[in-house]
Amino acid sequence: MATTLALTTYQLIRNGRKMTFEYAPAPESKAIVSIKPKYGHFINGSFVAGKKHFPTINPATEEILSLISLGGVSDVDKAVAAAQKAYTKSWSKLSGKERGKYLYRIARILQERAREFAVLETLDNGKPIRETRDIDIPLVAAHFFYHAGWADKLDYAGLGHSPKPYGVAGQIIPWNFPLLMLAWKVAPALATGNTVVLKPAETTSLTALLFAEVCQQAELPDGVVNIVTGDGSTGAAIVNHPGIHKIAFTGSTEVGKKIARAIASTDKKATLELGGKGANIVFDDAPVDEAVEGIVNGIFFNQGHVCCAGSRLILQESIAEEVIEKLKVRMSKIRVGDPLDKNTDLGAINSKEQLVKIKELSAVGDAEGAQRWSPQCNLPDTGFWFAPTIFTGVTQANRIAKEEIFGPVLSVLTFRTPQEAIDKANNTPFGLSAGIWSEKGSRIFWASQHLKAGVIWANTFNQFDPASPFGGYKESGWGREGGKHGLAAYLKNGKETGAK
Amino acid sequence: MATKKQPRVDVKKTYKLFINGAFARSESGRVFEVSAKNGDFIANPALASRKDLRDAVTAARAAQSGWSKATAYNRGQILYRIAEMLEGRAEQFESEIALTSQITALKAKAQVTDAIDRWVWYAGWSDKLQAVSGATNPVAGPFFNFSISEPQGVIAIASDVSFIDFIDAIAAAVVSGNTTVVLVPASLAVPAMTFAEVLATSDLPAGVINILTGSLDELAPWAASHMDIDGFDISGINKKKHGELKVAGAENLKRIHAFSNGHSPSRIIAFMESKTVWHSVGV
Repeated sequence: MATTLALTTYQLIRNGRKMTFEYAPAPESKAIVSIKPKYGHFINGSFVAGKKHFPTINPATEEILSLISLGGVSDVDKAVAAAQKAYTKSWSKLSGKERGKYLYRIARILQERAREFAVLETLDNGKPIRETRDIDIPLVAAHFFYHAGWADKLDYAGLGHSPKPYGVAGQIIPWNFPLLMLAWKVAPALATGNTVVLKPAETTSLTALLFAEVCQQAELPDGVVNIVTGDGSTGAAIVNHPGIHKIAFTGSTEVGKKIARAIASTDKKATLELGGKGANIVFDDAPVDEAVEGIVNGIFFNQGHVCCAGSRLILQESIAEEVIEKLKVRMSKIRVGDPLDKNTDLGAINSKEQLVKIKELSAVGDAEGAQRWSPQCNLPDTGFWFAPTIFTGVTQANRIAKEEIFGPVLSVLTFRTPQEAIDKANNTPFGLSAGIWSEKGSRIFWASQHLKAGVIWANTFNQFDPASPFGGYKESGWGREGGKHGLAAYLKNGKETGAK
Repeated sequence: MATKKQPRVDVKKTYKLFINGAFARSESGRVFEVSAKNGDFIANPALASRKDLRDAVTAARAAQSGWSKATAYNRGQILYRIAEMLEGRAEQFESEIALTSQITALKAKAQVTDAIDRWVWYAGWSDKLQAVSGATNPVAGPFFNFSISEPQGVIAIASDVSFIDFIDAIAAAVVSGNTTVVLVPASLAVPAMTFAEVLATSDLPAGVINILTGSLDELAPWAASHMDIDGFDISGINKKKHGELKVAGAENLKRIHAFSNGHSPSRIIAFMESKTVWHSVGV
């Protein structure tokens, strides 16, 4: 699902006179969502009141949307007990065919309630409605629909005959694609016959809690999906719980390593989808206008809160000036502001904490001698905002070329030979994504062979699909999510044939 | 005047490490003693040091690009060549295994013939792995999308102490294009170094398989914490010690696995990394 950013204004030349039309505000109505003043955890099919609460805010306005329960060890205990019971009593006894039909039901209900989810996600996360409406939520439904079909075909997934689920999966997801990450985790877990205890991110719990209602509407057996809200301590309680046999985590490499250490002496399996510092390489024979769109989509999609963002632009020296010039023109057309406005391209930064991180690392970029540029844009007075930004004159030693900023900040480097582009792209402990822009087929294949990254986009960027495996090399994590490969993360190998 | 014929004094072998295709003594000068079941002295293999491990990793890393870029057909032929060389020296392996391990001559013979056949089995996998582990993915858009599996890079190996698992672990890692640093305990040291001689005559590029004899208690933690090792097969390490190795390996998120089923495609694929490429389709 491609994204194209809308233009700020469009100009018409009529009778020699240049006329400029401003976009009028086009806000999506909030009326479709009803947010409760306070939420509990979703355990064993119903909502259970929490003891302590914390506010969740709209990052575009800083207005408090609701109070979320802070899950503790006892809440996690109850959720795991419910998931274990559901696993033994109902879910593991169902045939794949019947399990699949529940997933199809969920997919259909998500499609029916897509607009409601899109608005709620935008309110809680700050990302533009255009993205939640056209990308996040449709992909969520697609993930359930795709995995529903696997449920009764697991014998054919290349994992041997009759592969078995682990039991209870503990799933911890980030705030950048809240419901989409839920779908990436819950859909394959359920399709493969596992039950789930999921913790949404602290700042973005609302769509997960609305998803709990979808599970109720789909009449999913009680305890198959449990949602415990909270912070890092809640996540740690899930990771360390002895009743959980499989951990699926998406988040920072730092926390991913902590989880790897925490489960080192256990039999728990883990998939980890962690950080990245994706290289977006533009060769001298690239279609420049398309590449500029791809660069913008690569780093400014979702405010740059994307683990696979193309945050390092690696330009062939001979075209660097032209690309940067066109990129600046294009960046000046990016509309930053009200995420609910249907014309908005770049929404709010998800939290104050994240905004501080982006500002700090950008300041390091200045201090290390890179040249910062942002278009003129009027940022709202309340909420958390950061203008689209590029740094040119960046060297490989600079922190902004090495560390994940997780914001709308692009570092530009240059190269002379194709081999130098590959060397620079691979010069990172991460290995999640990369982009290649070139019109020469053999060069694209050559580059994609040499890049050490789990997902590579050739003449496109930031494309996602449930049929396409996602995940990284090296310190970007363990395992894949999506496609045939993603099923392996939730199944113990069955009896293998051929090893005679 | 005829003199009585004296018994011949046989020529004993000096055991060294196998690093970058060459036989080298440990830089530490350390050795350990290997004896037969009856206590007779057999050899003084090298007791590899941390520096030897680092040298072996450097060699394996340098060999990585060439070996992983070799065609699957070529890798398959080289693995098959290892089977040929092993076959020619089967009796030597049988007697060394029987002499230095706790198994009978009959079992040693069975392990060696299995090991030879195993190389043939792995040789055939080199150009079939993609058919089994890859996929083309029907995404909802104008893209040609496929997933292929690539070798992870440098894999450390601490196999189970049987000769056959030593072979399984190495072959499973290298068939896909990984290069390896193999850590060998005393009980396997003699046949392992004879196996290095097989490798040295098998057209295998230098550095693809490096073999260090020594103490796994020393070598395994060093390997687990080495930042330029991508994966670690710890099938031969006591389960009680897996935790500490995995904690050390978390620093660069090493792929650490232990296998009970010696030879299966999943052991090969465990040290491969899936890469998915989206190609734009258009005119």
